[in-house]
Amino acid sequence: MAETKTAAYICKGCEIGTRLDTAALVKAATKSGKMNLVREHDFLCSAEGVAMIKNDIDNEGVTHAALCACSRRAKTEAFNFPTIAMSRGNLREGVIWIRPDTDEARETTQEMAEDYVRMACAEVKAMTVPPGNQKTGSVKTLLVVGGGMSGMTSALESSKAGYKVVLVEKSGALGGWAAKLHKRVPTREPFKAPEDNGVADMAARIEADSNIKVYLNATIAKTDGAPGRFKVEIAVESGAIAQEDIGAIIQATGFTLYDANKLPEFAYGKTPNVVDQAGLEALAKAAAAEGKPICRPSDGQPVKSVVFVQCVGQRDASGTHLQYCSGFCCNTSIKQAMYFKDSNPDIDTVVLFTDLRTPGNGEDFYRAAQNKGVIFSKGVVSQVTPNGNSCTVKFKDLILNEDTEAQADLVVLATGMVPVSGVNIDAVAAAPAEAEAAVEGEAPKEVIATIAPESILNLTYRQGPDMPQFKHGFTDSHFICFPYETRRTGIYTAGPVRRPMDILQAQEDATGAAMKAIQAMENAGLGKAAHPRAGDLSFPTVRLEGCTQCKRCTVECPFGAIDEDEKRFPLFNESRCRRCGTCMGACPVRVISFENYSVNTVGAQIKAVDVPDEFSQKPRILILACENDAYPALDMAGMNRHDYDPYVRVIPIRCLGSVNTIWITDALNGGYDGVMLMGCKHGEDYQCHFVKGSELGRYRMSKVGDTLKGMNLETDRVRDLEVAITDMATLPQKINEYAALIKSFPPSPFKGF
Amino acid sequence: MGANNVNDVNTQMAERYKNNFLKEIEEQAEMGDWVKMCMQCGLCSGSCPTSFQAGWDHPPQELFMMIRAGKRDEVLSSSSMWMCTSCYNCYVRCPRKVPVTHVMHGIAEYAYRIGRAPKNQPTQHLSKTFWDNCTKYGRVNEVKLTQSLYFKDGIGSGIKKAMEMQSVALGLVKSGRLNPMEAIGGGHKCKDLKGIHAMLAKAKELEAQRKAAKATAAG
Repeated sequence: MAETKTAAYICKGCEIGTRLDTAALVKAATKSGKMNLVREHDFLCSAEGVAMIKNDIDNEGVTHAALCACSRRAKTEAFNFPTIAMSRGNLREGVIWIRPDTDEARETTQEMAEDYVRMACAEVKAMTVPPGNQKTGSVKTLLVVGGGMSGMTSALESSKAGYKVVLVEKSGALGGWAAKLHKRVPTREPFKAPEDNGVADMAARIEADSNIKVYLNATIAKTDGAPGRFKVEIAVESGAIAQEDIGAIIQATGFTLYDANKLPEFAYGKTPNVVDQAGLEALAKAAAAEGKPICRPSDGQPVKSVVFVQCVGQRDASGTHLQYCSGFCCNTSIKQAMYFKDSNPDIDTVVLFTDLRTPGNGEDFYRAAQNKGVIFSKGVVSQVTPNGNSCTVKFKDLILNEDTEAQADLVVLATGMVPVSGVNIDAVAAAPAEAEAAVEGEAPKEVIATIAPESILNLTYRQGPDMPQFKHGFTDSHFICFPYETRRTGIYTAGPVRRPMDILQAQEDATGAAMKAIQAMENAGLGKAAHPRAGDLSFPTVRLEGCTQCKRCTVECPFGAIDEDEKRFPLFNESRCRRCGTCMGACPVRVISFENYSVNTVGAQIKAVDVPDEFSQKPRILILACENDAYPALDMAGMNRHDYDPYVRVIPIRCLGSVNTIWITDALNGGYDGVMLMGCKHGEDYQCHFVKGSELGRYRMSKVGDTLKGMNLETDRVRDLEVAITDMATLPQKINEYAALIKSFPPSPFKGF
Repeated sequence: MGANNVNDVNTQMAERYKNNFLKEIEEQAEMGDWVKMCMQCGLCSGSCPTSFQAGWDHPPQELFMMIRAGKRDEVLSSSSMWMCTSCYNCYVRCPRKVPVTHVMHGIAEYAYRIGRAPKNQPTQHLSKTFWDNCTKYGRVNEVKLTQSLYFKDGIGSGIKKAMEMQSVALGLVKSGRLNPMEAIGGGHKCKDLKGIHAMLAKAKELEAQRKAAKATAAG
């Protein structure tokens, strides 16, 4: 390995040179930072400045560089030196832009800048150049599990993008639920009539596509490996096992309809004249095949009146049935009412709804149905009673506020979607995770039992055989910011397994998932991370000789990247890793680190800050800010020139989950007066880029209070703040409030030790 | 049309449409075919300026729902459509572009036509009086129109009302907005009364043709 040579560069552009004493900054980098080479430049990101750095790398042998200029989020194209370890001292957004340009402020602003220079120097010396993950696999074949609308769409789109696809379907034919539809809700202008379900066309295109290999009557027996090198065993009809090398996986296992038998008041099963939506599709298909009108199952007479009941077993506040709206069923009922009206306008069709929800272009479709004479009544059905060959539907009319009833030859129940998401691994693995869950006050246990817990993917991951679930049995994906991202790298869920949706939404979802899966596969092949640190070449390494086999890393990893080897040591699957550092934060013996992000890189920065003695009236507050939301928010506060307290020192972290408690203890022991943690929202509508990272980090930090008490310190010395990227205006206020609180405390007793 | 005759029409219509009152309104009432397009958002009811006076039985969207629910008697005898001031708030605001004002007028006119309008309803009385007055002279004879309204409920109440409005009337007279000579056939007149009568006759003829055509189309 080449000899280490460190360099610091102080930029004087963007008023840094006029606002700050750069000569003193150079001194800080040389004396405290102990950099081998220190240079100032008037305009570091200019071609000339970049050429200067480049020249130092090529001819002076610089291997580590601290660039003290603007935020690490700025000028990333100019300061792109992949061959060296590099840190950034944020003098612009982090110092001069958040401080007033006044004589009184000059001294504290200068101190802030000098600290950031020292921190950048200390950080870069603790870093090495990441070589990239060497254990890569370069398989570029996609596995699509499920041959319904979502699965077929994913397969076709991936093939169009030039990738090979293996499509596995459990049943004997492609098409899923869509194939059972007589017709589908219209997808194009003028959205006035049902259209062909489109399955035959798609199935034919898949058949003709040489990129797509289809397994029918097949299931996944085993999924082993990591993105770029999955080994998947497919159990085919004959009982044999086919093996496929796979780069990335899309799970499009769809849904089943909620079982109407669970709602005895609707007489489902008591008379054949009460059907669910799938039942009506079957009747319509059979009638169309025979060229007859749709008939009553009880006596085969043509239907003269039909009542559609919406929200059956859905949006149920009591917790007995589905609590959510499935989103597709209103349009489906409108479509099914048209089956009748289009064949004979004299058939009475009534849709009983509480809130008619018609996503997409459904509003046009709804209007078309009204025009065709479908009656829509706002009412809640209490009971359906069989009455010879007809049914009595009792309901409360919510507009006229009266209890009334209707007679119908046929009653159609709009039951909702239940995801086919396999084993609920959190429930299965509840034992070790229980302590975590109890503290987080997680949502009450779902009352509804979902489908038989048969595993779909049969992953060999330590964390369980299927995708983690979120609410109501749907698989977890980053709902708010990155809806396609799941908690298993290289495996994407698409369609109604992820959330309730209709065909059009599922197709869009499937296309998006295919594109993300391709990206993940390509990145894996290059040894790079997938979203959100896409392209990151660092990966976690573990010093096994120090490991105590406590298993925290394997349990906490939000992405299931860490298995266990035969000696019960953690086994890192780098290709599955998202580089959040949660394992590093979790490790009690601190043996996990990244080349460019470790307990040391942050620890060295904490120690590099100059902590004045207790008589100086200058407290020091450490801010550990999530690089995804909090740090950009702070940068934007700077861009908008919102001032904040000069005694804070901000260190960006990959995720709150990566915060190791040693940093907090080190800071407090080192004489800091307060520590502020800034992370993303966690819980039900989490915004954490690493899904569970901020939650796990917060849980870990909730224990810090005891430590503080043990140190005889006020518990407010450590503050956890939830920050969203939009908080740039309020964040400075919150920092200032916290700084005021810290100033009201006596100085830390640990100063000067 | 005599009273008996009107009741006959009502019975005929009720018989003809049996349980399908919505169809009856669609075919018989002006703009009635818009009723089915209502989506029950209630914007019309919320926008109606008369709603605060508790003068109406059913807000428009509720009336539409009652039509769909087949509540024939309640709808036809409702006071709601007679309370409409034609401010057109509902018409302008309806997200479904239902011409609510016109539909209300259509239902009112239908109820009147088949003899189901409430007896002695002031709006209905004014409409009728205004129409007769206006078509007779070609221009509105304001004195006679006012007289007929004031004395609608008898001589006593008529005199009382006239006395109450005395100062207003005198003001109008002074400023030249009301000609007292109209009471004895004077005041403003139109130039070609015959022509106007001919025009009205032609309009009636066209309207009858249109309605007949619509009825034939509806079967």
